[in-house]
Amino acid sequence: MTTALSQHAEKGFFGRLIERWPAKLAVTIIAVMWTIPTLGLLISSFRTRDEIRGSGWWTAIPHLFDKAQWTISNYSTVLGQSGFGNAFLNSLAVTIPAVVIPITIAAFAAYAFAWMQFPGRHVLFALVVGLMVVPLQMALIPILRIYTNFDLVGTFPAVWLAHTGFGLPLAVYLLRNYIGSLPSSIIESAKIDGADDFTIFWRLIVPLSVPVLASFAIFQFLWVWNDFLVALVFLGLDPKTQVLTVALANLAGNRGEAEHLLPAAAFISMVLPMVVFFSLQRYFVRGLTAGSVKG
Amino acid sequence: MVTPTLMEPEPPSSRPPDTERRAPAPLLYLIRLLASLLVPVFTVVVLVVSFNYLRDQNANRLLQVAVAIVVGVAGVWALYWGMDRFVSVLPERLRAGIRPFVFAGPAAVILTVYLVYPAVNTVIISFMSRNSKEFVGLQNYIDVFTTHDTLVSIRNSILWVVVVPVIVVAIGLGFATLADKLGSRSEAVSKSLIFLPMAVSFVGASVVWGFVYSYRPQGYGNQIGILNALVSALGGSPINWLSVQPWNTAFLMVILIWTQVGFAMVILSSAIKSVPSDILEAARIDGATELQLFWRVVFPSVSSTVIVVWTTVVITVWKLFDIVYVMTGGRDGTSVIAERMVTEFFKNFNFGAGAALAVILFIAVIPVLVINIRRFQAEEAIR
Repeated sequence: MTTALSQHAEKGFFGRLIERWPAKLAVTIIAVMWTIPTLGLLISSFRTRDEIRGSGWWTAIPHLFDKAQWTISNYSTVLGQSGFGNAFLNSLAVTIPAVVIPITIAAFAAYAFAWMQFPGRHVLFALVVGLMVVPLQMALIPILRIYTNFDLVGTFPAVWLAHTGFGLPLAVYLLRNYIGSLPSSIIESAKIDGADDFTIFWRLIVPLSVPVLASFAIFQFLWVWNDFLVALVFLGLDPKTQVLTVALANLAGNRGEAEHLLPAAAFISMVLPMVVFFSLQRYFVRGLTAGSVKG
Repeated sequence: MVTPTLMEPEPPSSRPPDTERRAPAPLLYLIRLLASLLVPVFTVVVLVVSFNYLRDQNANRLLQVAVAIVVGVAGVWALYWGMDRFVSVLPERLRAGIRPFVFAGPAAVILTVYLVYPAVNTVIISFMSRNSKEFVGLQNYIDVFTTHDTLVSIRNSILWVVVVPVIVVAIGLGFATLADKLGSRSEAVSKSLIFLPMAVSFVGASVVWGFVYSYRPQGYGNQIGILNALVSALGGSPINWLSVQPWNTAFLMVILIWTQVGFAMVILSSAIKSVPSDILEAARIDGATELQLFWRVVFPSVSSTVIVVWTTVVITVWKLFDIVYVMTGGRDGTSVIAERMVTEFFKNFNFGAGAALAVILFIAVIPVLVINIRRFQAEEAIR
């Protein structure tokens, strides 16, 4: 260790630069390649209709500070006329309950799986692990039929409950692994002090589990907000109830007409997940590394 | 679960002898069932009723959401609490047997209704005719494996599964290794840039790449897609990327790779960072080159993480639907199983064929399911 450190110091600034530059170059090239498509779209979204249709976004870069070529009219058109303002509210209306409800139900179940004895506990939990990878395509047709019978197609509760069902295996799995790893001594001492399971759960377990609750919440938020299939099947194309992904796919479908609106529309759908993602990245990464596969 | 004794929910002293704990079986099961059913039924009924009420009132969406949250959290909590109180007044010998069902029952019921029952039902539907009126045996499966369109989608799905996860893992691992050698600030920035597409929906990613692949026939104005602009600048004639078979499938794969590499990179990066640095230093002192270091030391110690990432991406790829649906609608020989399935039941209203494709998808992920459960059991054994 010490020899390596002194070797490192001997090389000095330029030595390290030479040692690092191949890695640096490769990383830079990949990072630029990964960023260009989004960057191009961002630039396009602020250009006028004729410019978007007439020339590539890169032609705008030489006169980056020429105010005359930038406009926010695409955004106002998309939010108003194209109904993306409405779709944004719908996405919020679908996403928030579809995150909150499964967390609540999963937390109780996770506590039971981790700290209570009951017949079938291990079999049931193994089933949860298995259900994590079951493609939700397996559930679409029968649930659509049930919803049709109860006249639930096209309503928000239909989507909330579907996302609750589809998100539950991962939620129970993540929460149970975390809650099960809490030290048993705190739970036992609480029991000796006369606390019952319910008190232990909401006074001890829930406050201690905030990190894992947060990481699942971000996970489920991104999943539901970005979901297209469930929203398409259970909410459909009605402009009153359609969510952002469905509206965006629709707009992309009639490309010729709305090509100049697509960049702005795409960014409207991307802005909230990006904000959530970057402000809460730490929790998200923790959830990812905890091992998460979802069906 | 260190030792079984630590797991006992009740302190041993307060526990009655085993013989007394047994409650009359039918009553016990009835209460257990009720305890499990109450929360889901209540949630569904209240959500739907309040939603319908609000819909009649033409109330705005945010009010509906507020109601959903109040019901979803406060209501469900109150119900759990109420059931817990109810269990507390039961005779002591019943309590320990019922309380776990108050906690875990609702989740089990919802999983049954939304995943287990539909999965079984889908298998049954796959043996029925297109409108599920009569039993047709294996006919849907025979159709799937003899119709050109579905065969193409199966071939494509297999191609996707073979190609995409390997490339995602390779780029993710390579990038994580290289970024690890940079200073901490440039590492964080470059990782964030790679990670960013993970926050983008597949539909959004399709729009992003739709512009990259944009195509104008020669003579119909400037190329606004960067790829065709490059091709034109190099003197070639523009290419309609999304209709050139079989390469159009490869261009669609690029989109998925773009969104998934960040995921692979983050997980592999944390695995690489947990390789003990003294082992690396020892190998360096022994004169190992960086390449040898990677293949002989780093790669073997992250190989189990590589498998986890690979299986996760495999699942994502099997279920891939959005990108193909939005970019090409499955035209020009690009369809995949999950996209074909939605087309069958949502556009062609052929429920039998749709269900058969879903079952094929399920069979395809069974190996991963088995791996997951095995790994889970191994983890449990060492807990």
